[in-house]
This record gives sequence, C-alpha cells and structure tokens, in this order.
Amino acid sequence: MEPILETRALSHVYSVGTPFEHIALNQVDFRAYPGEILGIIGHTGSGKSTLIQHLNGLLRPTSGQVCFAGRDIWAEPKKIRDVRFQVGLVFQYPEYQLFEETVYKDIAFGPTNMKLSAREIDERVRASAALVGLGDEVLEQSPFELSGGQKRRVAIAGVVAMDPKVLILDEPTAGLDPRGRDAILEEISQINRQRGTTIILVSHSMDEIARVVDRLYVVNDGTLPFEGTPGEVFLHGEALSAMGLNIPQVTQVAQALNRLGVPVNPAVYTMEDAVRAILALRGKGGAASC
Amino acid sequence: MLKDITLGQYFPGDSIVHRLDPRTKLILVVVYIVALFNAGNVVSYALMLFVLFSCIALSHVGLKAVFKGLRTVFIIILITALLNIFYNTTGTLLVQFWRIRIFTGGIAMAVKMVLRIMMLISGTFLLTYTTSPIQLTDAIERLCGPLKKLHLPIHELAMMMSIALRFIPTLIEETDKIMSAQKARGADFETGNLIQKARALMPLLVPLFVSAFRRAEELATAMECRCYHGDSGRTRMKQLTYAPRDFVALALGFVVLAAVFVLKHFGL
Repeated sequence: MEPILETRALSHVYSVGTPFEHIALNQVDFRAYPGEILGIIGHTGSGKSTLIQHLNGLLRPTSGQVCFAGRDIWAEPKKIRDVRFQVGLVFQYPEYQLFEETVYKDIAFGPTNMKLSAREIDERVRASAALVGLGDEVLEQSPFELSGGQKRRVAIAGVVAMDPKVLILDEPTAGLDPRGRDAILEEISQINRQRGTTIILVSHSMDEIARVVDRLYVVNDGTLPFEGTPGEVFLHGEALSAMGLNIPQVTQVAQALNRLGVPVNPAVYTMEDAVRAILALRGKGGAASC
Repeated sequence: MLKDITLGQYFPGDSIVHRLDPRTKLILVVVYIVALFNAGNVVSYALMLFVLFSCIALSHVGLKAVFKGLRTVFIIILITALLNIFYNTTGTLLVQFWRIRIFTGGIAMAVKMVLRIMMLISGTFLLTYTTSPIQLTDAIERLCGPLKKLHLPIHELAMMMSIALRFIPTLIEETDKIMSAQKARGADFETGNLIQKARALMPLLVPLFVSAFRRAEELATAMECRCYHGDSGRTRMKQLTYAPRDFVALALGFVVLAAVFVLKHFGL
C-alpha cells in the first residue's frame, strides 16, 4: 500500500551556525498508511514535536523530504496552506488557542479559512461537533465558559471540521482525568472509524497509547529506533527503559514472569490479553501436573 | 525569528564589570551620560572614548556584541547625521550642489552627534549586558529607596519590573506556539493589506491575553501562598553590599566627570 504521509531522510537542525546549534531530527524515514491509527512515542525533547510540525509544513526540513500522497509538500511553497488543510494538527493543550466569542465561530475558523460556502461550513461545524460529543446547545456558548475537557473537544472539533485526510494529535489527553482521557481516546477512534481518517497519536505514555494504536514509532534523540505493532515494540523493553520510556505495566509483569521461567507471551499489552495468556497457561500446566 | 530580540540581553560572566555592585554600575552610567553631554571638544571626546573602550575591554563582552546592539538604533544615527550635515550652516562652505550646501560646521557637528549617540547607546548596553535584570531592578529599588518616604510605591514598581522582565521569554514562546496552532488551522499572518493583517492578529492576541491573565492570576496566588505581603518587613536572599572595588570605580567615575568639566571650562 502507498503511504499517505511519508518523510524521506528528513533532518532538522535548529539555530544553524550558532553556538546553540542542535540536531533535532537526523535522517528520519517515517511512513503513515491510509486509515491506520499510528502512535508516536518518545520522552520530552526526543524530537517528536519537531517531527509532527514537519508533517503539515509548519517547519521546513533542513534536508530531506516530506511527502503527502506521494508529492513533496514543499514542491510549491505557496500552496503549503492546502497541505495544512489535508493534514490537521492538534497541538498539546489546544484549549489555549480558542479565541472566538462562540464555540460555533471557533470551530468554523478552519473551514472559513478554506473559503467554503456558508452552508458547507455550517454542516461541517455541526458534524464535527457531534463527532467529538459536543451537543448543539454548546455551540452558542462562549468557549471560555466551558470546562477543560469540553474546551479541548472544541479545539479538536476545530481541526476535524477541516475534514483532513490525516489527523495528528499531540498528547490529546494531557491533564485530563482518567474518565475524560478514555472518552477523548474513544472519540478519536470514532473519527477514524467513521471517516477513515488516518490518525497519528503522539504520547509519552505507553499504557495509554498501546490500547488504541495499530502501529507504533519510537522517537529517541532525533531518530526512530523502533517501529512495529505495540507487541513487537514492547519486546525491546530494556532498550526502551534506557530511553526513559516504560512499557505498559502488564507487559512488564509478563516479561518478569518470562525471566522466572514461566512461558507467558512477553508481548501482551492489554489486561484482557494478559489474563487470557495466563489462564491458558494454567490450563496447560494444570493438566500436566494432574 | 521572535527569539532574535537582543535588546538589553544579559551575557553572564565573571569579569570585574560583572562583579561590580549593580548600584555602582547604575550610578556610573548616569555619571557617564552627564559627562558625555558635557564633553564638547576633541580632548574630552578622546577621554570618553578611552573610558568606554576600557570598560568594554574589562567586561569581556566583546566589541562585536556591543556593536550588534548599535544596529537597532542605526536609523536614528543616520537621521541625526543627515540632519546635521544638511541643515547646519556654520563654518566654511565645502560643497554646493543644486540646493544642497554642506558646511564644515555641519560635518563636525554630525561627527560629534553620531559619536555621542553611539557612545551613549554602547555605554547603557554595557550595563544591561553585564547586569542581570533582577540585579538591575534590585539596584533601582535600593537607589530609589529614599523616595519611599514620599509614599511612592518603589518596591511595587521594582517588583512589577522584575515580573515583566521574567515573563518576556515565556510570552514569546507562547506567541510562537499559538501562531503555529492557528497556522495549522489555515490562519495567514503574512499576506494581505494592513487592515487584513491587523484582523488576522485577533486569533493570536485573544488567546495570548487570556493566557497572560491566567498566568498573572496563578502567579498572584503562588505569591500569596508564600506569604508575600509587599515591602514592609521583607528580607532579601541576595544582599547588596559595596566592596572596595565599588568605591574605586565610583571615584574613577567622578574623576572623569570632573575632568570633563575642567576641560569644558578651559575650552581645551
């Protein structure tokens, strides 16, 4: 399958030619395929924010290419805005970017910039608000009167309303309580299922991301050392710990059992799978000992 | 691009100029400015130049940094020079071309004024290059201390200054972030005429103000939690104390000032 978004030998260096020169990305090859939910994981300062800001053309590569649907996005720098409508980016704490008098107008900001017709804008605003679980009664309120979780939904809806092919979310659950976190993650998978939008989810927490994503990239020190399904990536447990990342707690338990000689699948990362793996083992072991 | 603001940037260091008490440096800058405006002839200008360059050399800041600061006032320097060259009609006529007449007096005045502005700016920049903003506000507060007797809120003003300076980098970072976020939604800050550009700033300014107010509120709460109650009875972690070198520096400063007055009086 053709990747929808890809980087080829992408490098980015900050403050070239000054004492503060810093290589943020080094020869990165990254691919996102249509319709998948992809995770990007790395600790603070690993280069993950720099990477995602390249994907919609907010930053320009020092060297290398970023391609959307097979075309270099910087082939025509004047049309970079069109790329930003196709590749939606929701920043960390997006509620701090709200500015309009009403929720409706704020969500309409992106579609208005796309120069859509009034009817189309109206449809998109209502559809995207519904998709993130905002009722019609909220639309006429001021965004500043809403709760933190609601504000974040408004900000996400503002990007979803542009109907991007790829939706990138930087730490969408930061600072939310567990219930709000699960709700937002569920709404994000909903967007993926209903619209076929490719989702790129950035996080530093393995526990959170593992349940949602199909595939995972690990970012460390400006490179992508590991790539694969969560199960594959978590097999590198020790290397990941050295990078300051912790694999999910159930996976840690499974791997510890393995080291003790209990042959549990070391790649389990959800509680359900772990329970099933351990129960299967007991069934077998029990039968043998009897 | 926003991070390139160098005006009044502090270069940490450990030179003798850095170690001087900030109050000494503040007084010396005032003395330096008074001397500069009273210097009227070649000898006193040479003296002031010598003083400036010795201070720069002692500070280890580097000539390059000082001249970089001058770039920001280049336009003012240029206008001053041109006005003096074209409108001063003393001395003998040098060049006559169409309606433009240039006199020797004009050239001399232009050189004098340009030198004066450049020395003024370099001298004050040297102060901010070698003194951290916190030290500077501390010094201002201490030097203006006697005005508290007149019920002027000196401590509050100094505190406001420190807080403002502290939050400049934070707000710059915040501006960068909000700009990127709005650009991701298709905002366009670069094209259009003046009115369109001003309107395009709304999505940037509203969130920036909201977050500035939020930060102010959080900071106020944090200060109250640590029992901040204004000036009365407040002690300091870093006490300002004069060292022998401060007295030497102050004495030297006033000697230079006196020399400039003497030179002016005798018209040397």
